[in-house]
Amino acid sequence: METEIKYPTEKLKCWNKAKEIRLKYYKDYAEAHDNGGLRWAGGAWTFDAIPAGLGDDVYPITSEPYGATIAFDKDLSMKCMEAAEKEGYPRDLCSYMRNYWGSIIIDKYPFGYDDKGEFVPRFQGAKPLGFPKPDFIWQDHICCSHAKWYQVVSDLEGGIPMFTVDNAVGPSNELTDSKIKYVVEQLKDGIKFLEKVTGRDYNDELLYKAIKNHFVSTSRWAETCELNKAIPAPLDEKSIYSLYVLGTLQKAGKQVADFYEKDLLPEVKERVKKGIAAVPNEKFRVMSDTQPPWSFLSIFRYLEKFGCVSIGSLYTFGLIGQWEEKEDGTWGAKTIPDIDFSSRDQALYEYVKYELHKPEWQHFYSCHLKSDMMIRIGKEWKLQGVMLHYNRGCEGLTVGIAENRLALLDAGFPVMAFEGNNADEREFDEARTKAKINAFMETIGAK
Amino acid sequence: MITMGIDMGSKYIKVVILKDNKVIAKSNVLAGFDVKKSGQEAIDKALKEAKIKKDDLKKVISTGTGEKLAPFYDDTKSVVGCDSLGAVFLHPATRTVIDVGAEEGRGMRCDETGKILDFEVNEKCAAGAGAFTEAMSRALEVPLEEFGALSLKATEEIPMNAQCTVFAESEVVTMVHNKVSKANMAKAVHDAMSSRISSMVRKIGFDKDVTLVGGVAKNVGFVDSLNKDLDLKVIVPKDPEYVGALGAALSASGWKGGK
Repeated sequence: METEIKYPTEKLKCWNKAKEIRLKYYKDYAEAHDNGGLRWAGGAWTFDAIPAGLGDDVYPITSEPYGATIAFDKDLSMKCMEAAEKEGYPRDLCSYMRNYWGSIIIDKYPFGYDDKGEFVPRFQGAKPLGFPKPDFIWQDHICCSHAKWYQVVSDLEGGIPMFTVDNAVGPSNELTDSKIKYVVEQLKDGIKFLEKVTGRDYNDELLYKAIKNHFVSTSRWAETCELNKAIPAPLDEKSIYSLYVLGTLQKAGKQVADFYEKDLLPEVKERVKKGIAAVPNEKFRVMSDTQPPWSFLSIFRYLEKFGCVSIGSLYTFGLIGQWEEKEDGTWGAKTIPDIDFSSRDQALYEYVKYELHKPEWQHFYSCHLKSDMMIRIGKEWKLQGVMLHYNRGCEGLTVGIAENRLALLDAGFPVMAFEGNNADEREFDEARTKAKINAFMETIGAK
Repeated sequence: MITMGIDMGSKYIKVVILKDNKVIAKSNVLAGFDVKKSGQEAIDKALKEAKIKKDDLKKVISTGTGEKLAPFYDDTKSVVGCDSLGAVFLHPATRTVIDVGAEEGRGMRCDETGKILDFEVNEKCAAGAGAFTEAMSRALEVPLEEFGALSLKATEEIPMNAQCTVFAESEVVTMVHNKVSKANMAKAVHDAMSSRISSMVRKIGFDKDVTLVGGVAKNVGFVDSLNKDLDLKVIVPKDPEYVGALGAALSASGWKGGK
C-alpha cells in the first residue's frame, strides 16, 4: 500500500559525520594502548565525565551500545549468545549483557582492519580484533543488571579494578540535598579509586569541561527531539536510533557535544523551517517504547508504507536527553546550567543534581511516572497511536509496560503491543509483528 | 455485486463467496505443504459451488497467516479486522470477538461497524490455540472430533499447570500414570487453554456480547470452559471457522455495518 507523497524529503547532511564519530569511538578504544592511553568500560548511563579527569587519552566503551552493535551483526551475535549460554548464562538475562560476555568469551570485537588497513566493522570485511580488555571499570547501578554485568566481565577477564556508583536514590520529584550528596560522595571516592588504579593525578579542569560537555549533549539532544513535534516530523525513529547512540557512547565527550550542538541541531532546525520530512508521505504519527529489536529495524520502514512515521519514544528522547517543563506547560530541553565551576565538590553536586532528572531513570521507581511522560509525548507530539515492545531482552525497561499500555488506552491512544528482544533475534517474529502492524494500521485508520 | 474472501489459515484455507452480501458458496481445504495449490483448490471448489467464473468476482480480499500466498487477490486485510467484520455481520450486537485458530488465539474489541478498537494476539505459544487440543487428543488417543464432548463428561476439575504444549504433554503422561480418567484429562486441557485465552481477552476488556470464531469454537468442551472462565455464554456462529473469510468478502464488498 503506497500513500501520497505530501512533503519534500532529503537525507541528513550530518549522517556520515555521525557514522564517523561512532566508528572513531570504537577505533580509539581499541587503539588506546598503542599511544599510551587507557581503556575503561562502563554503562551508557555511567557518570562518564568522571574518568575524563584522568586525561585526554582515556577512552571508554559503553556496554549497552556495544551489545546492540553486536546484535546488528547477526552472525557474530549468535556466536556470542551461544558462547554465553555454553558458559551457563541463561537466555532470560539481559541480551545486551549476553552479547557482551560472549564477545569476551570468544574473544572477538565487532571491528577490525580490512585488507587495506582501514578500521571497519566486521560485517564490512574486517578481520575482527580480539576483545580489547579494559584497564578499569567505571559503572553506575540503577538497572538490576548493571553492577552484576561488570562483576562477570571482571571475572571473565581474570580481574579488572571496578568501581560502581549506586545512583538509585528515588524519583526526581522527591530529590533532596542529602540524596544528591549521597551520590556526590561516591563519585569523590571513585575519583580516589581511579587515581589509585591508574597511577595518574586527577585533573579537575578536565572534569569541569566534561561536565559542561555533558550538559550540552543531553540538552541539545532533547532540543533536537523537541523539534520532532513539527508536522511533518524532520526525523524518523530509525534515524533517531543512529543519532541518539552517540550520547550513549560518550555524552561527556567534546566530539559528541559539538556534533549535537553544531551539526545536528542546526540541520534539524533547518529541516523544520523548510518543511523537510523524514517520511514524505507522513499522514499518521506513532511512537514506540524501549529498545527496538536491533536486527529488525526494517519494521520502522514497514510503517512508512502506510504513511506512518514513528517520531521517537520516551526511550530515545529520555535515555540521554534531559527535559524540563517550560512556562507554557510543554516539555522542552532542560536549560543548560549557567555556572562556572570553582571546586570539585561544587561541580560534582551540579552534575549529579542535573543527571538525576534523567527521564529513563524515573520509571525504575514507578511505572506511573513513565505513563505520565508517555501521555505527554502522545499529546505534544500529536500522535495517533503507540507501539509498545514487550522486550524480553531488557527487564529493566520492560517492567511496567502493561501498566503503561492501560494508561495510554485510558488517555485515548490506540496501542499495539508486540513481543521481541532487543538483542536476541531468536525471540522476535518479524512476520507476526508485521501482521500485527497491519491490524494496528487498520485500527488507526492508516489502512 | 459478487465478492470473495480467502482466509489463508495456517492449517486450513477457507473461502467465502458473497452475492450482494449473501453467502452463495464456501469451501474449506487443508493447507498442506503447497499452500498456493491448496488455495487454488479451495477457490475452485467455491467457484464451482457458486456456479460462477473467476471473472465474475468484483473484488477479492485475502487474509490469514498466509494472506500473501493466495493465488490471486486485490487487497489484504488483517485477520482481526476480518474476524470483527464477520462477527458483527452475523451478530450485530458483538463488540468483543475471540478467534481461536490452529496456530494463534486472538481477542479484539470493535465498534458497531466491525472496526477494531483494540486487540491482543497470543504469540509464540501453541498452548492457547487449536494445535494444543490436537496434540493433547493425540496424546490421549481420542479422535479430535470427540475430544470436546468427552470433556463434558468430566467428574472432577484437575488443574493443569503447564502453559506450554510440550510440558503439558508430559503432564498428561503423569495424569495417565495417576489413572486420571480421559474425560477429566480432556477437561483439564480445555480449562488450561481457556485460562490462557480468557486472560488474553481480559487485557483488552470485554462486554456481554462476545462472539467466538475460528475452528476451535466447534469444540464444545473448550466453549464450556471459556463460558465458565468469562462468566457468560459466548455466541458461537453456525460456521465459526468461516467468519474470517466472510469478513474478508464483506470487506471486499465495502460493507460497514448495518443492513
